[in-house]
Amino acid sequence: MPSPSTIQTLTQLSYLIAAALFILGLKRMSSPVTAVSGVRWAGVGMVLATVVTIGFMGASPLNLGLVLAAIAIGGIVAWVSGKRVAMTDMPQMIALYNGMGGGAAAAIAAVELYTGTETNVVHLTMATIGGFIGAVSFSGSLIAFGKLQGLITKSVRFGGQKFVNLAILLICAALGFMMVSGTQSGAPIVSAFFGFALLLGIAMTLPIGGADMPVVISLYNALTGLAVAFEGFVLDNAAMIIAGTVVGSAGTLLTQLMAKAMNRSLSNVLFANFGETSSAGTAGVTGTQKAIEASDAGVMMAYSQKIIIVPGYGLAVAQAQHKVWEMAQLLIDHGVNVRFAIHPVAGRMPGHMNVLLAEAGVPYDLISDLDEINAEFDTADVALIIGANDVVNPDARSNKGSPIYGMPILNADKAKNVIVIKRGQGTGFSGIDNALFVLDQTRMLYGDAQAAVGQLIQAIKAAG
Amino acid sequence: MIDGVIALYIFMLAAFTGYEVISRVPVILHTPLMSGSNFVHGIVLVGAMVALAAADTTLLRAIGFVGVVLAAGNAVGGYVVTERMLKMFVTAARKKGA
Repeated sequence: MPSPSTIQTLTQLSYLIAAALFILGLKRMSSPVTAVSGVRWAGVGMVLATVVTIGFMGASPLNLGLVLAAIAIGGIVAWVSGKRVAMTDMPQMIALYNGMGGGAAAAIAAVELYTGTETNVVHLTMATIGGFIGAVSFSGSLIAFGKLQGLITKSVRFGGQKFVNLAILLICAALGFMMVSGTQSGAPIVSAFFGFALLLGIAMTLPIGGADMPVVISLYNALTGLAVAFEGFVLDNAAMIIAGTVVGSAGTLLTQLMAKAMNRSLSNVLFANFGETSSAGTAGVTGTQKAIEASDAGVMMAYSQKIIIVPGYGLAVAQAQHKVWEMAQLLIDHGVNVRFAIHPVAGRMPGHMNVLLAEAGVPYDLISDLDEINAEFDTADVALIIGANDVVNPDARSNKGSPIYGMPILNADKAKNVIVIKRGQGTGFSGIDNALFVLDQTRMLYGDAQAAVGQLIQAIKAAG
Repeated sequence: MIDGVIALYIFMLAAFTGYEVISRVPVILHTPLMSGSNFVHGIVLVGAMVALAAADTTLLRAIGFVGVVLAAGNAVGGYVVTERMLKMFVTAARKKGA
């Protein structure tokens, strides 16, 4: 066994290399061509840091056994679930893994605080803040997972909710202050502190509607990063400080980009109880939805010049991405100019639709984002909306009473014809009526997205 | 080893680095990227192992054990789903070229 100072140096060097690999890996993930190598570089860094730590951390045989058993349990369960999960369920899996990271950061803080031997006020403060953020991210991410997985279907809202949350936050702050200042410490205080922090994560996330989940998951991702960085300070671990902070700042930027795409501030997402005002704001939507048969819709599409397809969460739910690309290829063979228009917040995560279309094999150059495609709806013969709702609601442009007023939308209503594939006549996840569905040029094709697209394929083939 | 102002410098530089690295990522990679950064904070595994290694009571061992299980789940799960997603983009890119 090398000397303690050599061990220290080797460990720190391995962390330095790991941190560099994480940053380079994230950098390589910024281009589709190098992206896979990017995650592998980061993976090498992770394995290096883990192996060196296990080798040099000087655990007793019992503790070493526990470490290896815990890694085996957590690793195997995550490996199997990660390999099995359908692409469409990715958002909730990321929320779940992210919550686990937050929980781990909280556990590190809990070990420090329950041990009670730490007297350095700076370290105690860092451990407390990191533990708080980690616990909130843990329980909040679990609620987000439950909502996206359909385990929690109600958004719990009540009057004065903000004040209840504020009260919980203040209790956490008071308990945290007691632990740091040493006026009152001991296991009951520490337990109460973590109990209230977990409660806050639940209380904060329960009222948030499904349409806002992308922003929330991204926010918790950034928060977990910060929690890891704080615990890194406590443990004098540079790899945790660097990796946690990089994720914290990157995640914050990503969260802002997403909130901006919905034209809402982050505080609005978290505290406005989205959806409560929708009943008042939808009085402007009048008219009836007009249905169309798949056979008629198929003929219309087969003889079009230009079709823009707008996918949404409904496509993910129905796992319709492969059918949609099959249909698009058929149309392209017919000489139709087919494009895919992706709204930044379509689905339940940013880029959710891009991942699904990539899975089906749709080439990048057919996929356009909001800025690129919006001028082209004017010249489109058909805008085919597959399971999207709020992102094509013209009320966002024109109806000041609408809760989504001001959100940038895809101008599908400018197309000559609009075909909407939708499961039923109800409103979408956010509970807002859609003015697009009752326009003169709009026809509704009711049914599961995969089944409906299958019928369209038959109709297009029949049309010759 | 790392203390006071030095830690703050590390924090500041890492924050700018994260911001710069992410600001050039195209929208289509946002989900894999979020997943990738989710994997990167799986480094919490290292800290959780150190905490469990130093634990000397049953309570601390229990908390540390849960921490390592969660952290290993974060790291392994984060890696698996990120790699799966990114592989699809490679396939799509090749199909485009063909």
